[in-house]
Amino acid sequence: MEENNEYRITMENISKTFPGVKALDNVSLKVKAGEVHGLVGENGAGKSTLIKILMGAHKKDPGSGDIKIEGKKVNINNPLQAIEHGMAAVYQHMKIAPELTVAENIFLGRQPRNNGIINWKKMNEMAREVLEEVNMENIDPRVELRSLSNVNKRMVAIAKALSQDVNIIIFDEPTAQLAEEETEELHRHIKDLKDKDISIIYISHRLDEVFNICDRVSVLRDGKLVMTDRVENLTENDLITHMVGREVGDLYYKEEIEFGDVVLEVKDLEVESKIENVSFQLREGEVLGVFGLVGAGRTEMVKSLFGVHSADSGLIKINGKEVKINSPLQAIKSGMAFIPEDRHTEGVALTQDIVDNSNLVRSLLQANYGLLNAREEQKIAEENVEDLDIRTPSIFQKLRYLSGGNQQKVVVAKWINANSKIILMDEPTVGIDVGAKKEIYKLMAELLKQGKAIIFISSYIPELLGICDKIMTLSEGRMTSVMKTSEATQEELLYYATR
Amino acid sequence: MIDDIKSFYWRHAQRITFFVILVLLWFLFSLFIPRFFSYANFFNLARRTAVVGVVSVGMTIVLISQGVDLSVGSYVALSGVLIGSFLTGARGFPELSIPLAILATFLILGFLGFIVGFAINDLKVPSFVAGLGMMSIARGLAMVLSGGRIITGLPVEFTGFARMEFLGLPSLFIVLLVIMFGSSFMMNRTKFGRNVYTIGSSKEVALLSGINLRWNYYAIYIINALLSAIAGIMLAARLSSGIPSEGVMMELDAIAAAIIGGTGLAGGEGSIYGTMLGALLIGSLQNAGNLMGLDPFYLQIATGLVIIVAVALDQLRRQQS
Repeated sequence: MEENNEYRITMENISKTFPGVKALDNVSLKVKAGEVHGLVGENGAGKSTLIKILMGAHKKDPGSGDIKIEGKKVNINNPLQAIEHGMAAVYQHMKIAPELTVAENIFLGRQPRNNGIINWKKMNEMAREVLEEVNMENIDPRVELRSLSNVNKRMVAIAKALSQDVNIIIFDEPTAQLAEEETEELHRHIKDLKDKDISIIYISHRLDEVFNICDRVSVLRDGKLVMTDRVENLTENDLITHMVGREVGDLYYKEEIEFGDVVLEVKDLEVESKIENVSFQLREGEVLGVFGLVGAGRTEMVKSLFGVHSADSGLIKINGKEVKINSPLQAIKSGMAFIPEDRHTEGVALTQDIVDNSNLVRSLLQANYGLLNAREEQKIAEENVEDLDIRTPSIFQKLRYLSGGNQQKVVVAKWINANSKIILMDEPTVGIDVGAKKEIYKLMAELLKQGKAIIFISSYIPELLGICDKIMTLSEGRMTSVMKTSEATQEELLYYATR
Repeated sequence: MIDDIKSFYWRHAQRITFFVILVLLWFLFSLFIPRFFSYANFFNLARRTAVVGVVSVGMTIVLISQGVDLSVGSYVALSGVLIGSFLTGARGFPELSIPLAILATFLILGFLGFIVGFAINDLKVPSFVAGLGMMSIARGLAMVLSGGRIITGLPVEFTGFARMEFLGLPSLFIVLLVIMFGSSFMMNRTKFGRNVYTIGSSKEVALLSGINLRWNYYAIYIINALLSAIAGIMLAARLSSGIPSEGVMMELDAIAAAIIGGTGLAGGEGSIYGTMLGALLIGSLQNAGNLMGLDPFYLQIATGLVIIVAVALDQLRRQQS
């Protein structure tokens, strides 16, 4: 048996019950000093709940085990106490003040003062020292935080944590909005932290990252700890099996489908200083992947195809006929669908139920004297729930109560019901767990078999290689290559994306 | 069948609970206030709630679209002045028949509503600010057009309507009921209604689902202005005059009724029926207070408390589910 005080954090037999749900059931998690400890599991497995208990945002069930820091039992009732015990968290959606300067963000609430007035000079100097500590001396503490890159924003959050004498940092999906190279940059910084003997808990859906950066990994499933082990002893498939509780097999799913006619042809698409030179053809049953770094103009490109930004020049042909698309409604009427990256603000109406969301577009396309046919809509929604295996107690469930994967299925249902032929997908699997991702891929195969065509944006190259027929790369708004997936490699795609 | 009832309850739990609370409150009042539980009193309550009720319906639609329109109180005053002037031919207005006078009032108010919608959609002015501006414009117009004086001498055929009753209900309340059922149908059973909910839930979702934001914004604010016009005309009939200083703070009463009835300020949620219950609750409290001879200023305090408590309870319910 290992000695207990080898661990910086010991959570023992922690349980947490919400009304009607046991979110955590006797979970024990131990993290060593100077270790990067991965925490993985599907959505709803209890990762966030566990972290929130550690950070004092939730209370564990009374009498259900202990939290020890450096072997000493502690009570953490609020986030301030968590900081006092040396813990800080960097969340996916960070609570930062983008309009304030870097220095202000670091010293928020504890600015150095003279007679109650903030001593800016001193604060900026102190901030510079703190940033040096994380090797980020190139960040100017006097600039507004919003002017920084995504990685640098996270580094400021980390610097802030370190300035509060923190030696445990929790990362919750820190790379969700980062491109490949930014992720690598962040990982280098995390390794530096580890060398400073800081303990790190790293939550991610992206298992390749876990293998890249973690020493040990713990898997949660349905509120229970399934296993903890060193990453060397595991394969990606082992992890997935533990997470899902059954064999998933291949991560990706693709069927051989005979291509049909060309449904979409784009020639020299140009949008004011954002997009240049984009030309491609898309056939029935085909998936065109779009790869590029953040800021490469991927979203802008599909949004201009969809009529959100209107194109300055270029030719768009649908089923061989030239079309002009100046609004989403025109795009929809010519058979296009758009599944946006940010489900919550662009994909689903969270306050509306499944019936409303799934019939929204379909009803706009139908002339029915402006009236809705409630009976027909409910029937369609019920078919959607059945066909797409949307897990919900009822078709009248508000979307905000569904999980990310199920919300995404409702978005897909919305376009299936609108009978769209060309489906534009912008990072459709971000933030969705492994099992649900595969269901989305299977759904795509179903749609392709019905003769639909898909444009698929992703920042994750293995995913593109796994499900696309050909892949286009964008760099700074220019199309730099289109290649068949069978001839593409990770290196080549990265090369063209940075050209 | 039982499943249908269950599903119905599940979807309307909030409003059903509210209705029960309202009935309990009435029961309580009836025990302690002798004259409360009488036909005459309910008749009075219904008549008084009618005007603010119609305004609240419009406000609910605006709130569901994630907007707010502060100009409704001024709209009520302006339409009272307009209908009065058109019917009497005062201050150089053409003297019109009742239907034409109503039509002319609708056209002018509808145009003002369009201006608000245009400011919000095309000029990107926040609805709060656009409404604040129109609140001042419409009030100013009411004052200018009436010379700041009350317009009297409205024809009996017009004012008589407010004193009529059908099936034992005051005519003004019947107007409210018709508007309530009509608007509720519009919000729940038409594409337009669903578009309003979707826009309120997220403008981006609406845009990317092919909804034409421009026409919907215009429609929302024109409908709201027209409902206020109806309320103003009803009030003018009830008071037998067009009063340019009427309707001050009515926007707040309308927002209060909607919020107590479960409509949020964040958009995408709310219902016409909920708002009606909210308006009835406020009306009942004020009515009971009047009967007990309470100082109306205390009633104002009580109404304020009810708003905060109702929303706090609603938040509690949300956190639990």
